[in-house]
Amino acid sequence: MTDTLLEIDRLSVDYETARGDLKALRDISFDVRKGEIVGIVGESGCGKSTLISSILRLTAPNTRFRQGEVRFKGQDLLQLPERKMRDLRGADISIVFQDPMQTHNPVLSIGQQMLDIQHRSKAPKADKRARAAQMLGAVGIPDPEARLNQFPHEFSGGMRQRIAIAMALMSEPDLLIADEPTTALDATLEVQIIERLQELQQEFNCAILFISHHLGVIAELCDRVVVMYAGAVVESGEVREIFHDPKHPYTRRLIDCDPGHIKERARVLPTIPGEVPDLANLPGGCIFRDRCDQAMPRCAAEVPPLTQLKDGHHAACWLNHKEAAE
Amino acid sequence: MSLLDVKNLKTSYGPVNVLAGVSFTVEPGETYALVGESGSGKTTVIRAIAGLAPAQEGSVKFDGREIRGASERELRPLRKDIAMMFQDPVGSLSPRLTIRSLITEPYRIQGMKDRDLDAEAKRLLEMVNLPAHFADRYPYQLSGGQARRVGVARALALEPKLILADEPTAGLDVSVQGELLNLMNDLRERLGLAMVIITHNLNVVRHVADRMGIMYLGRLVEEGTTEAIFKEPRHPYTRCLLSANPEPDPDARLERIALKGEPPSLLRRPKGCEFRERCPFAQEVCSQTPQWEVENGHGLRCLAPLS
Ligand SMILES: Nc1ncnc2c1ncn2[C@@H]1O[C@H](COP(=O)(O)OP(=O)(O)O)[C@@H](O)[C@H]1O
Ligand SMILES: Nc1ncnc2c1ncn2[C@@H]1O[C@H](COP(=O)(O)OP(=O)(O)O)[C@@H](O)[C@H]1O
Ligand code: SF4
Ligand code: SF4
Ligand SMILES: [Mg+2]
Ligand SMILES: [Mg+2]
Repeated sequence: MTDTLLEIDRLSVDYETARGDLKALRDISFDVRKGEIVGIVGESGCGKSTLISSILRLTAPNTRFRQGEVRFKGQDLLQLPERKMRDLRGADISIVFQDPMQTHNPVLSIGQQMLDIQHRSKAPKADKRARAAQMLGAVGIPDPEARLNQFPHEFSGGMRQRIAIAMALMSEPDLLIADEPTTALDATLEVQIIERLQELQQEFNCAILFISHHLGVIAELCDRVVVMYAGAVVESGEVREIFHDPKHPYTRRLIDCDPGHIKERARVLPTIPGEVPDLANLPGGCIFRDRCDQAMPRCAAEVPPLTQLKDGHHAACWLNHKEAAE
Repeated sequence: MSLLDVKNLKTSYGPVNVLAGVSFTVEPGETYALVGESGSGKTTVIRAIAGLAPAQEGSVKFDGREIRGASERELRPLRKDIAMMFQDPVGSLSPRLTIRSLITEPYRIQGMKDRDLDAEAKRLLEMVNLPAHFADRYPYQLSGGQARRVGVARALALEPKLILADEPTAGLDVSVQGELLNLMNDLRERLGLAMVIITHNLNVVRHVADRMGIMYLGRLVEEGTTEAIFKEPRHPYTRCLLSANPEPDPDARLERIALKGEPPSLLRRPKGCEFRERCPFAQEVCSQTPQWEVENGHGLRCLAPLS
């Protein structure tokens, strides 16, 4: 047995649109090991949500899987019958969304919702209720017994997100997927959530796939990072490697742009001029070329493959190929 | 004379006491940031300044004139001088209007019918670095960054002296956020604009604000130059806030000061220091009520300030 939990293997996903196929994911490959926190970072529109919905098979009707596998514990989820997939969701794989109200039913008490999640368990109701209270306590909701009777609107935004996390962890999943869970929260709450996630991850030893465009949060929380640009993985590796020794110009520029780095007041903040290319009408060559300050002739002619540079550090840029750099 | 002089502003919604006396000033050309956790009253402050939220007590002087409680007719000429910028400026407007109509709407609202709206739209788009043909587009055809630029253009239409911006970069990617902040900094210098900017992103504050005020439960608890606050925050809440700023460096040694619990209910404000239940540095003396004290331009509401 390997300790690999999730393997995304050469996954390509299109959306059929009136303008033709929009190539939302192209040849995506990366792994998540058991008990590991992997961050996915990239600007909006780069395909983060498409990737998650593909893993969970909760895709929009115009989605077309073109190639590749999503293996969870060795089994290709894309081939699984819908019934089996439903058993997996919320049990082995759970999700937390950006907006916790997407999880909560506004007309049911939190306690009722937490009982409902345990419908597969044969335990007596009192035990299930005790377990619900215990989970609320674990995510830092004070007075959990009493608060089980309250409704979602009676909690603050930060609490609602923590309750969503508690619900996602009820089933002790092997994989927790979190899609921008802190983006709508302010800094103190964001920090509370990531610290809580870290603790819970150790307690439950589940793997976390954490999606965010906030580099600070990724740096703090994750073991490994996957950097996406315009539907492709441009770099992946250990968090320190990515932040201290980025091997793709996009990663480097993205880190440079983060004002968290710049301690003195800057008159002009760094940016990445230009726009993400039209995914329904992709240019040839390197996808980042028209925004890249290091582009070479070769970059227009050929798509740089995602290649391994050293242990687990991958990048898709011709600069890393000796013959090209000369 | 300050451009904006807010004194002891108080707002309640029924029994909910949202603002418990907020005071600050903004000089011409200055950028002032209001920070604090959500629910602390930041949005209410700027809405009350603009006359969009009630304020039962206190004073708001703009250019020396009292504008709190002014009638819509009295406020009309001032609407030119004070512009609001919302978090999602385009999403909150009609999706059926072209960008031209959206950014020139302030002229129509002001009854400035003699303006050449085509020419104005062109001028405004140019000012925010968008191509002139964007005038014919619709909101849904814009990217997130372009939509914010349109919001800036609209805010600039009437050549205001003061912009009130509520979370102008929330939800933007870092690169686009940088573009917007650069644009705002540039316009501010060129047009001599003053700004009140609300943001919970402290990294943004550092780069745009001259001075900042930290709000807790509808009051300022600390105020000073941005530089001084970042260098030496003296209020425990400010410390907590500044320490909750994740850094894009996995090796950053973060000395976090955890903020305990949840903000207290506005219906039952705590006695003594209102931050006491959550303050990691609370002492016995904190059962008394701290007063606002100013020393060398640094304001503070704390009985046992940190040094
Ligand atoms: N159902 C859909 N039909 C067509 N295009 C879509 C659909 N859903 C998303 N897209 C497009 O696919 C791309 C990737 O979107 P998404 O996965 O939501 O990115 P992210 O989560 O990184 O912001 C974007 O260009 C988006 O506009
Ligand atoms: N129209 C209103 N009626 C009742 N309560 C309100 C209203 N507007 C705001 N509040 C309350 O006032 C407090 C401060 O809100 P707000 O000014 O939006 O804070 P912030 O912008 O700092 O998040 C919150 O508790 C909010 O629920
Ligand atoms: S392959 Fe070329 S264009 Fe692409 S990122 Fe590398 S240097 Fe830039
Ligand atoms: S007065 Fe006391 S409780 Fe209040 S912030 Fe200062 S140290 Fe903390
Ligand atoms: Mg998304
Ligand atoms: Mg607000």
